[in-house]
Amino acid sequence: MTQTVRIAAGQGFWGDWLEAPVRQVTGGPVDYLMMDYLAEVTMSIMQKQKSRDPLLGYAKDFVPLMERILPTLAQRGIKVTTNAGGVNPRACAEAVAALARRLGLAGKLTIGVVSGDDLLGRLDDLLARGHGLKNLDTGRPLGDVRDRVQSANAYLGAAPVVEALGRGADIVITGRVTDTGLTLGPMMHAFGWRRDAWDLLAAGTVAGHTIECGAQCTGGNCLVDWERVPDLANVGYPIVEARPDGSFDVTKHPGTGGRVTVAGVTEQLVYEMGDPRAYITPDCVADFTTIQLTQVGKDRVRFAGIKGRSATDKLKVSIAYGYGYKAVGTLVYAWPDAYAKARRADQVLRRRLADLGLEFEAIVTEFVGVDATHGRLASAAGVPVDLPEVQLRVGVRARELAPVERFTREIAPLILNGPPSVTGFAGGRPKPEEIVAYWPALIDKREVQPCVDVVAV
Amino acid sequence: MRGRGRGLREASDGRTVGPSDRKGKVLLLDLAHARSGDKGDTANVGLIARKPEYYAHLVKHVTAARVARHFKGMITGPVERFELPNLRALNFLLHGALDGGGTISLKTDAQGKVFSTALLRMMVEVPR
Repeated sequence: MTQTVRIAAGQGFWGDWLEAPVRQVTGGPVDYLMMDYLAEVTMSIMQKQKSRDPLLGYAKDFVPLMERILPTLAQRGIKVTTNAGGVNPRACAEAVAALARRLGLAGKLTIGVVSGDDLLGRLDDLLARGHGLKNLDTGRPLGDVRDRVQSANAYLGAAPVVEALGRGADIVITGRVTDTGLTLGPMMHAFGWRRDAWDLLAAGTVAGHTIECGAQCTGGNCLVDWERVPDLANVGYPIVEARPDGSFDVTKHPGTGGRVTVAGVTEQLVYEMGDPRAYITPDCVADFTTIQLTQVGKDRVRFAGIKGRSATDKLKVSIAYGYGYKAVGTLVYAWPDAYAKARRADQVLRRRLADLGLEFEAIVTEFVGVDATHGRLASAAGVPVDLPEVQLRVGVRARELAPVERFTREIAPLILNGPPSVTGFAGGRPKPEEIVAYWPALIDKREVQPCVDVVAV
Repeated sequence: MRGRGRGLREASDGRTVGPSDRKGKVLLLDLAHARSGDKGDTANVGLIARKPEYYAHLVKHVTAARVARHFKGMITGPVERFELPNLRALNFLLHGALDGGGTISLKTDAQGKVFSTALLRMMVEVPR
């Protein structure tokens, strides 16, 4: 049996550092490159792109990235797991295959495609058969927003990734596979872990959670002792060194910046955490209260003792629907009396919106520099009187576009007809933005059949 | 050193521990670090003891009820607390914290990324 497997995280989200995956595959030995691209609302953006062009609907950045690293991957035998496929993993795979042939890698590469997560075309059938797809947060039935649904995807787990690897895939391109499944999959494949080895699956899931946000576990966005995190410009992305017994180390390539410590890794473990005893994935239920962390070397933290329980009989479904519209306008007021001027401008603006009879679901005013991030907690001891500047930031939200559109025309006039010493409007009129909201639901597992295709290039 | 003024003193590990106020309290920031994220309209704050011996102190003093009071008027739902003694951490779920959350929210911090630091403003009893 393989003794250790090195899984490197290359992207923590769609838009993460383009250099990271390149450095991960050239900076030292790794066996797998794991790249997470999907956030909750990403799927709806991709669905829109696909509706305009049937060859789109995936993370387009992935293809030029592969152009940079495919020769290295092939030469070093590094495999890739990624959910860059979005709502069109097949088109993504075909784009990568075409690229591989252009790079002279024909006959040397096998691509696995994981689909079956897309439920958009099946929603009415599912609803008709009594699957309510109720909102997990509000309890409301999907019928409330059915006509505005833009995408619906079940979260698949590691199993189809394992299948694709088992059938010889070098690059596994998936739709909505969980972030953690992309890391757990290679471990199950390499070590032959059983689908009911709950402690081992929980360990792989914790490994996946730790590295799924990229550098957030190696010194990025790290609060503890942040001033002394070395060389963030050159930050190393995380690497899991996994062992068959479920213990693993998190580390990074030598010579890179950042820091891997128990305290920093702990920050990532609690990130987006719910009930720590029940971290539910399609693969298992991991218990984060069993994780034992030890600093076993410089930039190396060992994970051990992780326990898990059997998976549930449900899958989570991520549904995106059109909610309404919003816009945010900002202006900057300068000393003297910067805060007082910004407050006065807000009063004037709100009065004008009311006089126009515009109806909004919400109007939110923040004074950036005073209360935008910590609300009243920041000004509990009083606001300094000599602030050099304050940014007025007003956002509005409505179900209809018209009032939001009208709001965007009420910001600029304040420059000449509101309180003085105002600047910072070079960006022009704010743009109304469609709100695509997230509707989390559950579905019976047996309703969703993952589909795995493996094609030689 | 964070320049919060009055009489900063060095802790045994070289960290600067802030001054206690007249009621014998310190800033939670001096005892813990934190990270936060979101799930819909709920913000989570993971609070981590800076030293192992601070964990029991946090369990005792940073209760769900006290955190709810700290954020009164800023969140619309209840506060839940979970304990992770193995990581010397507490996890708080602040429901109704994000003006609808995600894409709906109009807030700068729509995803609750810095709610963690807002909790660290709390004044808590000095550990013995």
